[in-house]
Amino acid sequence: MKRDQARRAYWSQNLRYLAGLLLVWFAVSFGAGILLVEELDQLRVFGFKLGFWFAQQGAIYAFVVLILVYVVLMNRLDRRYSRDEEDPA
Amino acid sequence: MSAQGWTFLIVGLSFSLYIAIAIGSRASSTGEFYVAGGRVPPVVNGMATAADWMSAASFISMAGAISFMGRDGSVYLMGWTGGYVLLALLLAPYLRKFGKYTVPDFIGDRYYSQLARLVAVVCAVFVSFTYVAGQMRGVGIVFSRFLGVGVEAGVGVGMAIVFFYAVLGGMKGITYTQVAQYCVLIFAYLVPAIFISLMMTGNPVPQLGFGGSLLDGSGHLLDRLDGLSEQLGFAAYTSGGKSTIDVLFITAALMVGTAGLPHVIVRFYTVPKVSAARSSAGWALLFIALLYTTAPAVAAFARTNLLSTISGAEYAKVPGWFKNWEATGLIRFEDKNGDGLIQYVGPNASVANELTIDRDIMVLANPEIAELPGWVIGLVAAGGLAAALSTAAGLLLVISTSIAHDLVRRGLRADMTERGELNVARLSAAVAVLVAGYFGIRPPGFVAEVVAFAFGLAAASFFPAIILGIFTKRMNKQGAISGMIVGLCFTAAYIVYFKFINPALNTPAHWWFGVSPEGIGTVGMLLNFAVASLVAAFTPAPPADVQEMVENIREPG
Repeated sequence: MKRDQARRAYWSQNLRYLAGLLLVWFAVSFGAGILLVEELDQLRVFGFKLGFWFAQQGAIYAFVVLILVYVVLMNRLDRRYSRDEEDPA
Repeated sequence: MSAQGWTFLIVGLSFSLYIAIAIGSRASSTGEFYVAGGRVPPVVNGMATAADWMSAASFISMAGAISFMGRDGSVYLMGWTGGYVLLALLLAPYLRKFGKYTVPDFIGDRYYSQLARLVAVVCAVFVSFTYVAGQMRGVGIVFSRFLGVGVEAGVGVGMAIVFFYAVLGGMKGITYTQVAQYCVLIFAYLVPAIFISLMMTGNPVPQLGFGGSLLDGSGHLLDRLDGLSEQLGFAAYTSGGKSTIDVLFITAALMVGTAGLPHVIVRFYTVPKVSAARSSAGWALLFIALLYTTAPAVAAFARTNLLSTISGAEYAKVPGWFKNWEATGLIRFEDKNGDGLIQYVGPNASVANELTIDRDIMVLANPEIAELPGWVIGLVAAGGLAAALSTAAGLLLVISTSIAHDLVRRGLRADMTERGELNVARLSAAVAVLVAGYFGIRPPGFVAEVVAFAFGLAAASFFPAIILGIFTKRMNKQGAISGMIVGLCFTAAYIVYFKFINPALNTPAHWWFGVSPEGIGTVGMLLNFAVASLVAAFTPAPPADVQEMVENIREPG
């Protein structure tokens, strides 16, 4: 019973992480790089038009960071889960 | 030493390295042949994945394509990297937990159906063959241009090398040669980019020089490039030409297609555990991002160079590289108004354009255009070969695994011994090398056209089936199979219609909702999800043991 509960908690926390990270994934690529590109191009950062920078550089950096954050979050969740599972209480 | 001497030397050295590694890592079991025994450390697997993924197209063609497309080129940049986020978050850890060797294995077991397995095998083999023909062609082009040997001989040498390490070493041999190939290709890509960035902007980091100011005092690189482009009748470089909806759909199709490509997915079966599959995807994307963030900078540098040196120049006085590449037919000049000057202008100009440039030379000729030393030219040739060979090997392995494991062992002859299966795997790898070589020498006219196919089909077939298999317990075989078939047929029909049956109609006015054949895989994927969910809702739930399996792959460890 305890194990089932821990399993369910693990899975729903995992889904919450996924939803948050994929939201950012969508925002930096489809949002900033495509849908809002013209608006962001009005701003200039380090010689780039901002929308253009997101489309050709920024989105890619953000992708790398997203996976990094995911790895850290999940490793932490894995540790907590294996503790919950062993905990007899 | 001449540039050709350097090229022979560097290419020769890199090939000896690959062969030495192959001899050191022969596979002795099917587990080693298919997934390198599942013992590859995450960083190593990340590097191998990066080499596996970055093909001749990424290395040779992508920067060139971007330099002609301007901002629209971002569909490739975001599409071919964003897929790794999907792969890391939604696929890799679960498939690793599942723990079998191939994508058709997962589809077949999860949907308890030989038919589903068969559909997956056919897709995997088709997607991989499409892709591998292009790689062999890339090998041929590099050989004929840089080493002065015929395309046939070049493809022959490439086949011999791939044969050696893919057939003997299987995944184990491929993995460690891919690590070496990644190092060669990234070094070969970065060196000229750094040189050119320094020369043009004084900044050694191409990603920063890209936004920097030109050393000749004419302001920001990108402003200068916009100005030059408009002056010559092209669209401004930093503005897009494609419609927003088309950019959106193409990017999505490339992302989802990337996440669904069998030769990429299978790499995540080679790491020891689930957490390693996650971090390995992160490493892979980091190694890929190194090239993918450099490419748009190279594209902008090369375009600026080209516009400012060639447009309006006297044909009699063009630099040597121009004549070199003219001899290969990749640059064509026709003096329409007979004034001896090269009018290289865009569609908005008042005079006729006289110059045709193949996109591929933007990377290959870049060191010559920037007057870099001979060894850099040799390096670029070795890098192009590394990119093509590493991808070809990964694809050939998918083909041989699909045939030996999914079709023969799991489909036709379940009683086969492991030794027998290994022999069948080697034999099918050998046959696949020969077929790929044949396509490299005599490329079917449609090679360039079918790349859209590979991604579209992967997006419309595998991706939804795998996602639904992991994230819904209720998805059953009826739903998954009908989803895959509808997604595949729809996508294939759309591409075949516009690319082969009626190419004259391949314009935005005739596309459905303004979505080009390159982006239609996204619609196919959505259809697949919809049909699968609908059919599953009216058919029985999967058996208890399959539901238990889904529970199990969701658990870590």
